[in-house]
Amino acid sequence: MLVYLAKRLASLAATLVIASLVIFAVMEVLPGDPAEIMLGTNARPDTLAALRADFGLDRPAPERYAAWVAGFVQGDLGRSYTYSVPVGELVAQRLWVSLPLAAISLLLTVLIAVPVGALAATRRNGPADVGIMAATQVGIAVPNFWFAMLLVFVFAVSLRLLPAGGFPGWGAGLWPAGRSLILPAVALALPQASILARVMRSSLIDALGEDYVRTARAKGLSRSEVVRRHALRNALIPVLTIMGLQFSFLLAGTIIIENVFFLPGLGRLVFQAITQRDLIVVKSIVMLLVASVVIVNFLVEVAYAAVDPRLRRRA
Amino acid sequence: MSATMAPGRRRLAIRALGHPSFLLGAAISLVVAAMALLSFVWTPHDPTVLDIARKLQPPSATHWLGTDQYGRDVLSMIMHGAVTSMAVSFVAVGIGLGLGVPLGLLAAAQRGLVGEAVMRANDFVFAFPALIIAIMLRDIFGPGAVNAMVAIGIFNVPVFARLAYGAALPLWTREFVMAARVAGKGGGLITLEHILPNMLSLVIVQATIQLSLGVLAEAALSYVGLGVQPPAPSWGRMLNEAQTLMALAPRLALVPGLAIVVTVMGLNLLGDGLRDLLDPRLARER
Amino acid sequence: MYRRLMQHLVRGTAAVAVSAGILLGTPALAARTDVILGIRLEPPHLDPTAGAAAAIAEIVYNNVFQGLTRIDRDGTVKPSLAERWEVSEDGKVYTFHLRQGVKFHDGTTFDAEDVKFSLDRARAADSVNPQKGLFEPIDTVEVVDPQTVRITLKRPSGSLPFNLGWAAAVIVAPESAADNKTAPVGTGPFKLAEWVKGDHVTLTRSDGYWGEPVALEKATFKIIGDPTASFAALMAGDVDAFPIFPAPENVPQFEADPRFTVVVGDTEGKTVLAMNNGKKPFDDIRVRRAVSHAVDRKALIEGAMYGYGKPIGSHFAPQDKGYVDLTGKYPFDPEKAKALLKEAGAENLSVRLVLPPPDYARRGGEVLAAQLRNVGISVEIVPMEWAQWLSEVFRNKNFDMTVVSHVEPLDLDIYARDDYYFGYKDPDYRALYERFVASTDESERLALLGQLQEKLADDAVNAWLFLLPKIGIWDARLEGLWENTPVPANDLTEVKWRE
Repeated sequence: MLVYLAKRLASLAATLVIASLVIFAVMEVLPGDPAEIMLGTNARPDTLAALRADFGLDRPAPERYAAWVAGFVQGDLGRSYTYSVPVGELVAQRLWVSLPLAAISLLLTVLIAVPVGALAATRRNGPADVGIMAATQVGIAVPNFWFAMLLVFVFAVSLRLLPAGGFPGWGAGLWPAGRSLILPAVALALPQASILARVMRSSLIDALGEDYVRTARAKGLSRSEVVRRHALRNALIPVLTIMGLQFSFLLAGTIIIENVFFLPGLGRLVFQAITQRDLIVVKSIVMLLVASVVIVNFLVEVAYAAVDPRLRRRA
Repeated sequence: MSATMAPGRRRLAIRALGHPSFLLGAAISLVVAAMALLSFVWTPHDPTVLDIARKLQPPSATHWLGTDQYGRDVLSMIMHGAVTSMAVSFVAVGIGLGLGVPLGLLAAAQRGLVGEAVMRANDFVFAFPALIIAIMLRDIFGPGAVNAMVAIGIFNVPVFARLAYGAALPLWTREFVMAARVAGKGGGLITLEHILPNMLSLVIVQATIQLSLGVLAEAALSYVGLGVQPPAPSWGRMLNEAQTLMALAPRLALVPGLAIVVTVMGLNLLGDGLRDLLDPRLARER
Repeated sequence: MYRRLMQHLVRGTAAVAVSAGILLGTPALAARTDVILGIRLEPPHLDPTAGAAAAIAEIVYNNVFQGLTRIDRDGTVKPSLAERWEVSEDGKVYTFHLRQGVKFHDGTTFDAEDVKFSLDRARAADSVNPQKGLFEPIDTVEVVDPQTVRITLKRPSGSLPFNLGWAAAVIVAPESAADNKTAPVGTGPFKLAEWVKGDHVTLTRSDGYWGEPVALEKATFKIIGDPTASFAALMAGDVDAFPIFPAPENVPQFEADPRFTVVVGDTEGKTVLAMNNGKKPFDDIRVRRAVSHAVDRKALIEGAMYGYGKPIGSHFAPQDKGYVDLTGKYPFDPEKAKALLKEAGAENLSVRLVLPPPDYARRGGEVLAAQLRNVGISVEIVPMEWAQWLSEVFRNKNFDMTVVSHVEPLDLDIYARDDYYFGYKDPDYRALYERFVASTDESERLALLGQLQEKLADDAVNAWLFLLPKIGIWDARLEGLWENTPVPANDLTEVKWRE
């Protein structure tokens, strides 16, 4: 196990180093100059040079790479060129939008998908099942940004029930802040709920076919009791696995939705930072995202290996 | 499974005709494809010609779906948009198939260090946020259809590599592969003759699903301005432009959106149907 | 069900608000003293002496920071921190007499030392002032006494008072200058209260303001980048005003609604189809003239701007003194354009049209590309973010054509610059421009301005399209906002609610 762990750790470290090199290199070749963006068309060459020096962009690339990595490892993500505040602070602020948004949409996903999927499974091949399956086909096929546009038009522009975009900050109160997350969360949840409902349905159907369910039925338990007491619990295992994937998708995959609704979340921050060439923000956030995915993968694999010794030989 | 394949062809065809979601999916996909092909030779109007005097007209006999904010014919744009959508997702799947499947097969055949390296590289690509990469590709190489194809294609590679790896690995322990080995065949030959044919159905099903994801991805990319550029029409950009016109002409937002939904649904149904038909084991589970 | 629940909640909140009003005895009919303004772009920071973004000035100019002079709503120069000033006979020495009793928001006193500090800082070698060029004619800044500053120029310049009114020339204090990006400290009637990144910036009235008391106690600038959201926010009353409304297509709906005032004013934004005069094919005047004839301004303004925007025929805003109408110089004439192209031997032209992000450029570019295709020029549209546009087009001049709005007032000098992006190098124009700069006689200056405009139009340096409109939409009870945009600003000093 120790040998296995050492090998996996080495591979993890190598992956992270390569990722940091790739990200840094991409930032280097990205055309455009952060100082130019800041100072506009009337800027003089000496002013631009002064600002570049201020940003530390006058130093050679290897030196800047080393400084960035050294800072990153110590938890210092650098200082944003545009906002001139620490990147760590920016990220933390934005996470207070992105995390709740992901959490609310995942909650909605589960609240819709589990009962709907269970209903379809218990009414297998009945009209309810056919209807639900057709609806989920549509749900999966709907682009979430288009759904978002329709939601804005109906609930914000026409009915004026909810804001069309923006986020007043949690300081404005739970309801004013929360209500501006409702439409984005719904837009994100629909396709995810459709996927999860299908998973729920097929895993419940599997569970209902298992021996212990038949035994329970034979013991005289009613069908709904069997579903509730035995089958449902077992069917939820694959559902939970998919939910885990969906949460990480919802965290990283909200860029477009955050842009449609003008939410100051992490995705929008990266998007803006790229257009403003706030490269220090871009590289630190991309590195954070990549590192979190790679490290979670690593932990999962190690956990599997700890349970199943045969997997250790693979590495 | 491969042994039953050949005599099963006719039965497969018969089952296909009795499979509703396969039939529906195939029909929708064919209609979309036919519309795209037709647009090469004929559209009601030239979708690139602006006629500002006739902007925002409601549907009529001359313009079946009306005109957009520049007086272009919406139906013609939808038809051309189908070409964009299909071309981008087909090429993107092609990139995924062409690179991913060989890599996965290689990893399964070699295992050891090579296999490990291939699979690690896959995880690596997967770890990068797709849209951010697409934006940076755009900024470095300029926007356009090719860029959208590459951006979507890159993320298809690990999908097919994992699929091929996962499907090939157990096949290597099967008797017929062992027999081929004993007969002195090399890894490459075995892969070509025995491994690949036995996982073809899986790959086809996955390709259909990736195709539908590709249509969605192309729409999203061109919605944020990363796909084909005007005057070439694209559904995603039509949606983007329609956004502020929702109150004036909601159809400008509804029509391209529905085109995307219908196309993606068609491909998904086709994929589901193919899975049922080609892989009876999976079908039983559903 | 959901809707009923929402209505219930909304009504419930309203009831609570009403009863709270009664309990606290708030006079129900008193005019409001707060305002919420929608702005499209979030400023990167709030220091106008360190960033060019118009969004900075749109929040802080004249509200938080003030200069020695200020530009008023009609584009004229008015006294601000300097009460009055004198110019020496030779036009080289300016003496500014400062206002007494002015304090910065942090309580420190404003005096001549602050002026010297601010101007020297902007001119310094390590200055990051986006308009450093404005201060280039300054030779020395001397403190005569705490209330008097003497500025000596290297050469006479009549535009110094105007230039000192720019947002980049505001006066800052040595104690606080370094932190102005996030904690701005100025002398204006408002100070920063709160900045929720990505959503809003709030200013509150600053006690002890030296000038005419302002009516507003609080002003919130809400950042709404999306045109649809801007529309919804105004309609729902979430914002009181959108001084620069981004979606001309939605204006008729506001015009039809008595709750709103729609004011279509002017900016200084001369929108041009710029051509790279420095390389083929646009180094040939016949090709440039062909392009000018190929452009149908009427269809362009209708198609890209929904009819808003005045056509222009040279690089000059119609509302500025000295304007000459040259829109008839190159009438829309595709046949003539084709003939000119043929004459120039440029019949199968294929060019790249670079488009920066604003809607006027993206939409306008799409219409222009179609119009150019109409005369046989095949156009490839290349959209770019500002970062790329600045480096590719503006710095490296790696482009054929681009669409961009030049928003600086009276900027005919750009055509006399050595290294400007569209590569126009005409000695006659330069000589004319130098005569204009040196001239001190008003009527001669106006005549020269007219000649400069005509010279540019004659050379068809660029195809001038339209003046960018400023579409302001606000609550009909609100008064005092600027109609036009002579400089980027949302001056709130005269804004109040009608009772």
